[in-house]
Amino acid sequence: MPSRRDSHSPAGKSLLERGLLLLIVLVLLQGSVLPLGAASSPDTSHNDNLDNHQVTDERNNYTKKPFPVLALDYHHIQTPFEIALWVLLASLMKLGFHLIPRLSGIVPESCLLITVGLLVGGLIKLAGEDVPPVLDSRLFFLCLLPPIILDAGYFLPIRPFMENLGTILMFAVVGTLWNAFFIGGLLYAVCQIQPANPSILHNIELLPCLLFGSIISAVDPVAVLAVFEEIHINELLHILVFGESLLNDAVTVVLYHLFEEYSGAGKVTVMDGFLGIISFLVVALGGILVGAIYGILAAFTSRFTSHVRVIEPLFVFVYSYMAYLSAEMFHLSGIMALIACGATMRPYVEANISHKSHTTIKYFLKMWSSVSETLIFIFLGVATVDGPHSWNWTFVTVTVILCLVSRVIGVVGLTYVINKFRIVKLTTKDQFIIAYGGLRGAIAFSLGFLLDKNLFPMREMFLTAIITVVFFTVFVQGMTIKPLVELLAVKKKQEAKRTINEEIHTQFLDHLLTGIEDICGHYGHHHWKDKLNRFNKKYVKKCLIAGERSKEPQLIAFYHKMEFKQAIEQVESGGGVKMPSAVPSTVSMQNIQPKKAPAPAKPAEKAPSQLPKGREEEIRKILRSNLQRTRMRLRSYNRHTLVADPFEDGFGDLLIKKQKMIELEKKIKDMNNYLTVPAAPPDSPTMCRARLASDPQAFRTKPESDSVPTIQVDLASPQSPDSVNVMDEFRRAGQEQRGEEREDEQGLMMRPPSRPHRSGEAADGKDPQKLTRCLSDPGPSADEEEDEPFLP
Amino acid sequence: MGASQTRSEHQYQDLADKTGFSFEQIKNLYQRFQQLSGNEETISRENLDGIPALANNPIRKQIIGAFFDKRNQHQDEVGTCDVIGFEQFLMVMSHFRPPNLKTTDEEKEAMRKEKLRFLFNMHDSDNDGTITLAEYRKVVEELLSKSGDIEQETAKAIADAAMLEVASINVPTMGPEDFYEGITFEHFEEILKGLEMESRMNIRFLDVNTTTMRCGKSQS
Repeated sequence: MPSRRDSHSPAGKSLLERGLLLLIVLVLLQGSVLPLGAASSPDTSHNDNLDNHQVTDERNNYTKKPFPVLALDYHHIQTPFEIALWVLLASLMKLGFHLIPRLSGIVPESCLLITVGLLVGGLIKLAGEDVPPVLDSRLFFLCLLPPIILDAGYFLPIRPFMENLGTILMFAVVGTLWNAFFIGGLLYAVCQIQPANPSILHNIELLPCLLFGSIISAVDPVAVLAVFEEIHINELLHILVFGESLLNDAVTVVLYHLFEEYSGAGKVTVMDGFLGIISFLVVALGGILVGAIYGILAAFTSRFTSHVRVIEPLFVFVYSYMAYLSAEMFHLSGIMALIACGATMRPYVEANISHKSHTTIKYFLKMWSSVSETLIFIFLGVATVDGPHSWNWTFVTVTVILCLVSRVIGVVGLTYVINKFRIVKLTTKDQFIIAYGGLRGAIAFSLGFLLDKNLFPMREMFLTAIITVVFFTVFVQGMTIKPLVELLAVKKKQEAKRTINEEIHTQFLDHLLTGIEDICGHYGHHHWKDKLNRFNKKYVKKCLIAGERSKEPQLIAFYHKMEFKQAIEQVESGGGVKMPSAVPSTVSMQNIQPKKAPAPAKPAEKAPSQLPKGREEEIRKILRSNLQRTRMRLRSYNRHTLVADPFEDGFGDLLIKKQKMIELEKKIKDMNNYLTVPAAPPDSPTMCRARLASDPQAFRTKPESDSVPTIQVDLASPQSPDSVNVMDEFRRAGQEQRGEEREDEQGLMMRPPSRPHRSGEAADGKDPQKLTRCLSDPGPSADEEEDEPFLP
Repeated sequence: MGASQTRSEHQYQDLADKTGFSFEQIKNLYQRFQQLSGNEETISRENLDGIPALANNPIRKQIIGAFFDKRNQHQDEVGTCDVIGFEQFLMVMSHFRPPNLKTTDEEKEAMRKEKLRFLFNMHDSDNDGTITLAEYRKVVEELLSKSGDIEQETAKAIADAAMLEVASINVPTMGPEDFYEGITFEHFEEILKGLEMESRMNIRFLDVNTTTMRCGKSQS
């Protein structure tokens, strides 16, 4: 039936149909496979019987049976198959959402995924089978959560995090405590004041209420990441809410264990409270310590991996996972361990590993965290359908209202105190976003799931309430936060890449502010940061970074990275005939070098040409032909064929030439100028090739001097001897003139188009934001993070 | 101390209006000033040079120079002084005041311009209104000066690249004949507008009297 529909509808709609069809098919597959799986275990399948029968037959009679050409043994592969199927479903769902154009703009992905989960769960229930316990707490905490947290921790923007650490800790610790006690206490009060009819609420005691409060009060990193990633608010707010969601794990762990332990006993003494505080410090600091130790180990290991580059990413992942598991083993905060591990090891590991390993790590982390997050939301939906639920209007609505109210009061109150200590204060708009961004998510649900049914008879009611709050925050707050951000005109994230000027001035500012603080006489934030940096440079870097790079100052490392990136981008964009969309700046080194000759702007007397005229012409001709050959080569590579048909090339070239001639008219004058000043850097072969890469038609010859040049497809020689000679000639010629020639060339490679950057990225067809896995990158875009040095 | 107290309160009011500090902050800074100057009326470059913590700072010459630069006094004078009084000291310090909750957007803009102007003056040592390539090269060299043996070439390359960037952003369509003189103040603002100076270029000025707490910690 779909084919008929497809044939009648336009392309866009058929995509939608296809997407929906895919969804339905997958869901049915999922639904049918699981019952199959369930059914195969009680051994009622036909084939199993047959096999058994045949086996017993064999034992008794040894009759020869026909060789089973095709057999079905689902049981053998059941578990991995189901896991793979779930992952496939999740990933296809993600694909599907982006095929539907406007949907992903209005509804955040998390909502869509939960809906899909609901659908799947519903279908499974309809099929009459048991919903598999997908949100099993062990699975969640040991497999689904770590990739997301590691991704967040590894790419955590250290500078804003450290600068706002005090604020973040206040929100995380004091805010969560306030939330827990406020919600728990008031819930208990509300439960007690039920009028006439005795309801089950009366039986709930204070401690379970407080336990419930502590479960529900923690802001969830997964949900925050999922929603905030799509709204692109400014870095400060992002790091505040996100940092809070990460650091409140310690508080949640302690409160949870405390109340769970003592719910049996029925009361908590002051001594227990005191122990709880100590426990909190142990949990938090211990987690960070464990993470830091593993991080340093990983950094140290990466120092020696220069010969076995292939397994470098593995060390990063394994050490981090072990940090998490070790912390969980001691009941310390696994999340903080993971964050500490990732953040500690990153600057050293990145200095040691190869570029490819770096890319691998980045993409693996993004991939895993993306899949994890998708799965978590789908499972939330499935688990909701599963139940068991016990709906109680009062309890649930009071919980939701209390959550909102306590969050608002908490944020406002804390900000009032915090602003006394902050240099840059938080405005009301900021407070609103922080309060509104306090989303709850799957962690709360899993913690509730962990509760023992015997100790907590009202576990189902708790679960229902938790799910309602999660749904409320994710759906209502998640969907409305984007329009609210627009409405309130909250500052958005800055898109521009870090420029070298910004880097220079950031460092300059650091030193300046440290200096002023020293003159003022008090030891502030900058002073300690400076001290830590110096300690880092002197001792730590020497141990953990291999070879020469340990001595490399940040600015130079940044500069090299930028050069490297630009070289790659030039190569990537150089193949095709596409012109950069925005006007590239025609500024080159020539424009900023102070003129050696004193005369201003007399074309005849420009930089003295020291090459004889004839030689100049010769060089130019060789250059031109060489460049054309390069162009031909590049184009033939682009068409994925190394053997280009000369006629085809010529024809194609002719057409393209006609096309581009018009555009080139206005460039010809400039090009002329470049070509007539051979001694100056812009004519150096490296520069020519570099410019060629970004503007392949640039070196079209002057129309008056030549006819259409013959196209020679020179395939055999990647480096034609001519080109080598030209380079040599230039080198020699250049060395005659100024010693700065090479240096200028080197500097020239930096021709850096911030515009073509953008077009290069945009040409991928994606929003540069979404180059990062859109759900997990908390900070600046993926490319920017690489530029963030440790303690910059 | 009685009579001088009322006199100083008068002065403080004056200074508070000019620089925007509070009384407590001015008092603390005055105490620091006394420490640095050895209870004299003025401080010289040697006094500031003597601060031990500054020894590790790669740009300390420029920082000290900024205090004695008349352009930072907002009185349209140019040149340098040899000694400065408390008022000039305070004036320079006022460039590092943070905005507070009541600062309006226009005031924030003005603050940002002021801070950027301060930075610009630090780079533009010959006061010709532009930061030339040579001056910028010097800035980068100084920045890298404490980081071990850095090749001259690298510092030059970085400065050149930075200059190129400024030119590309501000004057994207230069012909090959044109010469980019140097970074003007407008261009400087343009390239640094992403850094949000009014939020970054601040230090905390103490509101409370911490002399008793500070004993032993800070040395002059």
